[in-house]
Amino acid sequence: MVIYGVGLLAFCFLVGQFIGESLGRFLGIEANVGGVGFSMILLMICTDGLQKRGLLPVPTEQGILFWSTMYIPIIIAMSATQNVFAAFSQGFMALLVGILPTLLLFLCIPVIIRLLSK
Amino acid sequence: MEILPKLLSVNALIVAFLVVAVVTWISSVISVKILKGRVPGAAIAIIAGLILAFFGGKWTGGNKGISDVSGLAGFALLGSGMLRDFAVVATAMGSSLSEMKKTGWISAISLLMGVFISFFPAVIIAFAFGYRDAVSLSTIGAGACTFIVGPVTGAAIGADSSVIAISIAAGVFKSVFVTIFTAPLAKYIGLNNPQAAMAYGGLMGTTSGVTAGLAATDPKLVPYGAMTSTFATGVGCLLCPSICFFMVKFIFGQ
Repeated sequence: MVIYGVGLLAFCFLVGQFIGESLGRFLGIEANVGGVGFSMILLMICTDGLQKRGLLPVPTEQGILFWSTMYIPIIIAMSATQNVFAAFSQGFMALLVGILPTLLLFLCIPVIIRLLSK
Repeated sequence: MEILPKLLSVNALIVAFLVVAVVTWISSVISVKILKGRVPGAAIAIIAGLILAFFGGKWTGGNKGISDVSGLAGFALLGSGMLRDFAVVATAMGSSLSEMKKTGWISAISLLMGVFISFFPAVIIAFAFGYRDAVSLSTIGAGACTFIVGPVTGAAIGADSSVIAISIAAGVFKSVFVTIFTAPLAKYIGLNNPQAAMAYGGLMGTTSGVTAGLAATDPKLVPYGAMTSTFATGVGCLLCPSICFFMVKFIFGQ
């Protein structure tokens, strides 16, 4: 059933968020540290294990795949709810602070990829 | 006459589904017919979203973009952090854990580099614009990490609210910049495999920018970038009010 897939996804999501929140609390910061990452690892382990045992029928899988394909529409909606106008009204310095360091970061990617291939 | 506004507000999420579907459709037509596929439809739709957000904020004076326009409140739910993270986690299915393991230590390095290479250049820019106190400089520096690290750092070290507003704005600009420029820059920086996407996610840090940027570049890379970027805000919140702030304080005095 499709809802089993959605339920499995929800389970992994909540457990991961809990780990992320706990890790943040443990480190003494007001932020979720890696919640989505832990959820993803858990989901990969669960679906992999279930698949190997033949316990992941197509409808269950579709419950997860639906949300994965809804991802881009959700990102579009998220873009449309960013505080873009306020960002522009903060002026030129905020723009520079947002963009110049980010350009440097883009330039670092080839450097890291070279490190990777060693 | 008042049927329609009521209908739209009661069914806000459904309205958002419809509007996003229409925006996506128009964007894909523009992508295929006008731009001959040079810019992916998803990228155009995301940019359209940002433009809508700009006018939403301008018209309403609110801080949640188009969702403050009456009838379009459903955008706040559809585009919420909750649904975004839920869908991002779902993309992990079918991606490979062993690919991710290969990039372990590089991801850690990219996270650290991401914080320092955002923070210190931003401090220099703030200094050039006349800021001299360590608290303001560090808060603006933290804003260059993500739009959450800025206010968290500002609150932790006692920054002025106007400075916190600048740090949030800088974080939003970063997210917008990463969203728009990832796809066109991808081929020049070798962003075409899971390992590169993980390094990219850690460096950029902004989960919204990274996931939207990769969605426009190659949706298969989304889970890999999301995996590392989800740690970035935490790492930033850890380092900016502590080590980074102490370094700024050491250099500039109080």
